[in-house]
Amino acid sequence: MSSSESNPIRDAIAEAIGEHDTILFMKGTPEAPACGFSARTVAMLQSLEAPFAAVDILPDPRIRQELSAISGWPTIPQLFSRGELIGGCDIVTEMYESGELADALGLPEQAGAPAQPVAAEAQPAGLTQIENRLG
Amino acid sequence: MPTAEEIKQRIEASIPGAQADVEDYTGGGDHFRATVTSSAFAGRSRIEQHKLVYGVFGDEIGGAIHALSLKTQVQGESGATAAERTDAAAERTDATATGEQRAAPAAT
Repeated sequence: MSSSESNPIRDAIAEAIGEHDTILFMKGTPEAPACGFSARTVAMLQSLEAPFAAVDILPDPRIRQELSAISGWPTIPQLFSRGELIGGCDIVTEMYESGELADALGLPEQAGAPAQPVAAEAQPAGLTQIENRLG
Repeated sequence: MPTAEEIKQRIEASIPGAQADVEDYTGGGDHFRATVTSSAFAGRSRIEQHKLVYGVFGDEIGGAIHALSLKTQVQGESGATAAERTDAAAERTDATATGEQRAAPAAT
């Protein structure tokens, strides 16, 4: 599709998707989401006590660009499970409400436990290197 | 900036048999919510269904259309597509006639 030059950002994203069972590309961080859709998606994952890696796409516009090239999905957030795109906030919400989400993430049955914040895994190391770390 | 009406029309023009209800939910012309019903969605995953709708707008998603929240379905709330409604209604009438309205049970 694009040139045959190396694309380290795209490679790092693909690697991260392959390495983490559950990974959410979002605006901001789970502790400080920068948009309502990302915040809602994080809240659903935390409510299921699902462990997940989170990547903030805001520091570098190329992250979003390359991610969309890989997934064919135009918006943020994007939730992947075991290498496959689950969807954005709308789809995740539907699945959460229907009880399908826990199963899609490979979790035990969706528990009715009150939402407890779960510490997200640290940013995948590869992407940290290519992000513009502000400050 | 597109209007909800324009978005609705573009979806319906691009996706076979689609019916779209589109709402501008902030009134600002860039955050929309759409429910799209089409038999073209049959057999497709939610991701594929949503991609079909996003594909209508291409690069505008995230740009002029800052947010387009989607709900997609093969059939409407009534449980039938527009084309199937007439048939289903006819069947229901028959079923009612043979089932519920028969006063005397077949005793013999």
